Amino acid sequence: MTQDSGAVNELFRRILFLPEQASTISTDVDFLHYVIITTTMGVATLIFGTAAYFLIRFRRRSETDVTPKVVGTLGWEVLFVGLPLTTFLVWFFIGYHDFIRMQTPPPDAMDVYVVGKQWMWKFTHPEGPNSIGVLRVPVGRPVRLLLTSQDVIHSFYVPAFRIKQDVLPGAYTQTWFQVTKPGSYRVMCAEYCGLKHSEMWAEVVALSEEDYESWMKEQRRGLVSRRDATPSAPEREAPHLPAFWAVRYDAQEPHGQLMYAERGTLAERGERVAAEKGCLKCHTVDGTAHIGPTWVDLYLRRERLTNGETVVADEAYLNESMMKPQVRIVEGFEPVMPSYLGQLEAAEVAALVEYIKTLRSARLETIRSEGPVYEPVGGK
Amino acid sequence: MNPSAGSSQPAITYLNHETTVKSWLLTRDHKRIGVMFLVLVILALLLGGVFAMVLRIELLTPGPTIISPMTYNRMFTLHGVTMVWLFMIPAIPSAFGNFVLPIMLGAKDVAFPRLNLASVYIYVVGSALTLFGMLWSGADTGWTFYTPYSTTSPTAVTPILLGVFVIGFSTIITGLNFITTVHTLRAPGMHWSRIPLFVWALYGTSVIQVVATPVLGMVLALVALERVLGVGIFDPSRGGDPVLFQHMFWFYSHPAVYIMVLPAMGVITEVVCAFSRKNIFGYRMIAASTFGIAFVGFFSWGHHMFVSGQSTFGSGIFGVLSMLVAIFTAIKIFNWVATMYGGSIDLRVPLLYVLGFIFLLMFGGMTGVAVATTSLDVHWHDTYFIVAHFHYIMVGAVLMAFLAALHYWWPKMFGRVYPERWSFLGAITIIFGFIVTFLPQFLLGNLGMPRRYYQYPQEMQWLHVLSTAGASLLAFGFGLIAVYLLWSLRYGPVSAPNPWGSRGYEWFSGSPPAPHNFTEAPRFEREVHDYTVPEAPRVY
Amino acid sequence: MSTETSPWEEHFGSRENQSRAAQLGMWIFLGSEVLLFTNLFVGYAVYRYYYPEVFAKASKHLAADWATVQTLLLVTSSLFVALAVHYIRHGRQFLTALVLLVAMGMGVGFLGIKGWEYWKHWTEGALPGEFYRLEDLPVQGGSLFFTLYFLLTGLHAIHMLVALGLLGWLVFGAVAGKYTAEYHIPVEVGGLYWHLVDVFWLFIYPLLYLVE
Repeated sequence: MTQDSGAVNELFRRILFLPEQASTISTDVDFLHYVIITTTMGVATLIFGTAAYFLIRFRRRSETDVTPKVVGTLGWEVLFVGLPLTTFLVWFFIGYHDFIRMQTPPPDAMDVYVVGKQWMWKFTHPEGPNSIGVLRVPVGRPVRLLLTSQDVIHSFYVPAFRIKQDVLPGAYTQTWFQVTKPGSYRVMCAEYCGLKHSEMWAEVVALSEEDYESWMKEQRRGLVSRRDATPSAPEREAPHLPAFWAVRYDAQEPHGQLMYAERGTLAERGERVAAEKGCLKCHTVDGTAHIGPTWVDLYLRRERLTNGETVVADEAYLNESMMKPQVRIVEGFEPVMPSYLGQLEAAEVAALVEYIKTLRSARLETIRSEGPVYEPVGGK
Repeated sequence: MNPSAGSSQPAITYLNHETTVKSWLLTRDHKRIGVMFLVLVILALLLGGVFAMVLRIELLTPGPTIISPMTYNRMFTLHGVTMVWLFMIPAIPSAFGNFVLPIMLGAKDVAFPRLNLASVYIYVVGSALTLFGMLWSGADTGWTFYTPYSTTSPTAVTPILLGVFVIGFSTIITGLNFITTVHTLRAPGMHWSRIPLFVWALYGTSVIQVVATPVLGMVLALVALERVLGVGIFDPSRGGDPVLFQHMFWFYSHPAVYIMVLPAMGVITEVVCAFSRKNIFGYRMIAASTFGIAFVGFFSWGHHMFVSGQSTFGSGIFGVLSMLVAIFTAIKIFNWVATMYGGSIDLRVPLLYVLGFIFLLMFGGMTGVAVATTSLDVHWHDTYFIVAHFHYIMVGAVLMAFLAALHYWWPKMFGRVYPERWSFLGAITIIFGFIVTFLPQFLLGNLGMPRRYYQYPQEMQWLHVLSTAGASLLAFGFGLIAVYLLWSLRYGPVSAPNPWGSRGYEWFSGSPPAPHNFTEAPRFEREVHDYTVPEAPRVY
Repeated sequence: MSTETSPWEEHFGSRENQSRAAQLGMWIFLGSEVLLFTNLFVGYAVYRYYYPEVFAKASKHLAADWATVQTLLLVTSSLFVALAVHYIRHGRQFLTALVLLVAMGMGVGFLGIKGWEYWKHWTEGALPGEFYRLEDLPVQGGSLFFTLYFLLTGLHAIHMLVALGLLGWLVFGAVAGKYTAEYHIPVEVGGLYWHLVDVFWLFIYPLLYLVE
């Protein structure tokens, strides 16, 4: 049975020129794709065939032909409307169901920060290592990407995973995937972003759980003082041609951020940033209230706002509070915080968020990373 | 029986009653204005086509071929801008609509002839501004002008934005004129339920033009102001939201698709009836679906933004509404095919284009249903699949209708007949060329080829080569059509007043029509496209 | 609109029809004009939702009492324009011209106050985008408020100028005796346009000046 459906899947995938299916959602997306394309193309052919048949059957026989007046009855029109409407809506709801799944990262997902910039992708793991052009993730674990841009809008696109997410300046968006087999997968920018838009490539290197762990261990053994993360063991053993443009970044273009010269984990870096940028003048890390809300247990806390609404302090809200502090202010505090847009680099924001995440009183230690920037209606 | 039917042309026509250049440039005659627009939009089509050919040649190889990336980026922007605003939006309404609509209603002219003339000049000024921008340095933002790229791009975006802004006024005037004309200038006996469906289509189009164009004008003006004065309304560093631009842009630009497609559907309805010698199967359904599309079109703009970070719930709503557009379109397709049932079908060139239209619209529309399915769109968004999808609808379908209208109304407009065999060859070349050009692009999109890419992965090359081959075929087809149509203007046989034996109301006037359309007041005693009696309509 | 010889155009069939067409055309145009402003109103709604407090504070920088005077001027001028339509229907060309002039005077007064307000903003630096120099309000939101303020009032002022030109042309036509009790389509249509410009202000005024 599964053998059969696997063969059918492979047949359709090849006929439709789809890339390989390397994420958990890709097969579901593709199945709906097969059904819709096959049905619509079949029906379209049928309708066109009918037209062609009429063309021959009712061809003009004399120049003075007279035709009867035929007017559609209600029944026909109801059929014309009802049949496609029902079919389309069924497809839509199956697709929407998948879409919600694609938009909602599982609670146990690991996070990676992604910064898009003309014309490169940068990936930063909360544990420390970061790299340009290569995102290393373990197979079989859901990975949530938190994306932001330093300049214009980009779009993070991995054809093999069937995911795509616009990357906006001044805001975080998110997407997630779970890779099903080790390998290297092409990442492309899908939103036009200027001169070298078509060269803004990267690759996702999916490693087996063991390879990933040993790679991560290696990175944390002090090698992070290098400019970039080092390749993982499988990459060194079988040096494939890396995604051709991913290694051709323009050396003349400084990549802007000095973050890759930093030591330690992202949270440690966040601690330093907080001190350097003066965050701690107003926010405390010991739980006492000051000019601004304390950072302890702030992550995922439900806060009441001055306008009466409540908000969960997730990544999106924390980021917004740094970039647009005036938008949503927690009740009991004055709107005195300046905007850090342009003051903080995107990677520093990521570091701060990671730092805030670590500030937990014991009670909350068990709460895991959760939560979508865009929670679908009806909850998870 | 009618003695004048089948006789030669009326002695005095709108073409020969005055022949000076001034009489053309200052004309208030809707027919001459229609012809002027026809010439202008064909020039725009030529320009946009040249850009397209350059793009296709560049894409023959995965790396650089003939132009630099900067030039390439400008080319696809200019291709989009030219094709959308200079060609497709005015193509059918301003050229054929202007010519045919008053005649179909039995009117002597449109309601505001002077404004109508002004719309030509506004279009010319807007196009000149756009062309100036193109020659100065050309924009490289894509025709969608997404912020913040469009506000920071070093190229000459501003004149092009202003050009499009100005052309918008021309569009609004045309829409305003059509609506007023339909309301106030129908001949006696022309009840609402007798109005030809092409007029209904133009009416629906006009409503969209009047409602949506100012929104576009303003949003483009905002981008221009941001570039010139730094007003910062979409600038994230001043607290602005770049995605707001996308909402405002698509609020116009999605309905704009229906500004292009609705008149095309109107043309198809007329041509199907004329060559099937049948009344339309569901008059009310077609008229109602026109307004259904016009209405729903305003509420589906968010389907351009499924991956932009808008709320999942919002994407759901926009997805469902987009499906409704497909339903209204399906109604039309079913009705056209059903109209052929029991008819007396004569496969002439306009009908061949109609078949091409139905084919492309159906396959393009069906892929639209697939794209509206949110989960599938994530993979396809901003890839060649989308490019192929909207080219099937906007280029394939609209151009088919444009060519159908051109061939159907050519004798009406110029009183000449074009060579049948050559025109068949042209039609088959064009339809075949389209399929070869854009079918591979669907597959490229599936493979994951993002749009607006100068370089692309090696494995996609053969599909690109195929697509370019199709484009060359298209170019050849257009050349062929241009040659025989121009030839026929001078050397073609003189046409009968009603060469197709059509019972559409526009054929109640002569071919070409008299200066004020009719030499005596026409009487519309039978319903439009009524073929139950053998007599052809009288020519008034 | 009129031609050199007769203002009645033959293709309309009847005079009532011409009048009907002109009115309908104007209404459609007005509808289109309304949508020209929608972007700005939508932008206003979105950003006010983002920055409610900043918007409320920024609004305090505007001269709300003078804006009330402006509002009164415009509403009264509309009354005079309505009177003009009434007079011309009775063929009283001189009175028509007179009340139109009064309305124009009020329109000019409105623009004068507006200009003075702009001057004040210029000196204190309450300007859009790049030129924003206010110290007491954050750039985020604050500059957006003044961007929207200048866009909304500026677009309205442009419409005022066009409408003033239109009224001036009507005064000229009325004095020259072009409009009569039978033919006064331009006065009716021009009056409609004036009322529309007026109505825009009635939306702009509370949104910008009366933010709580």
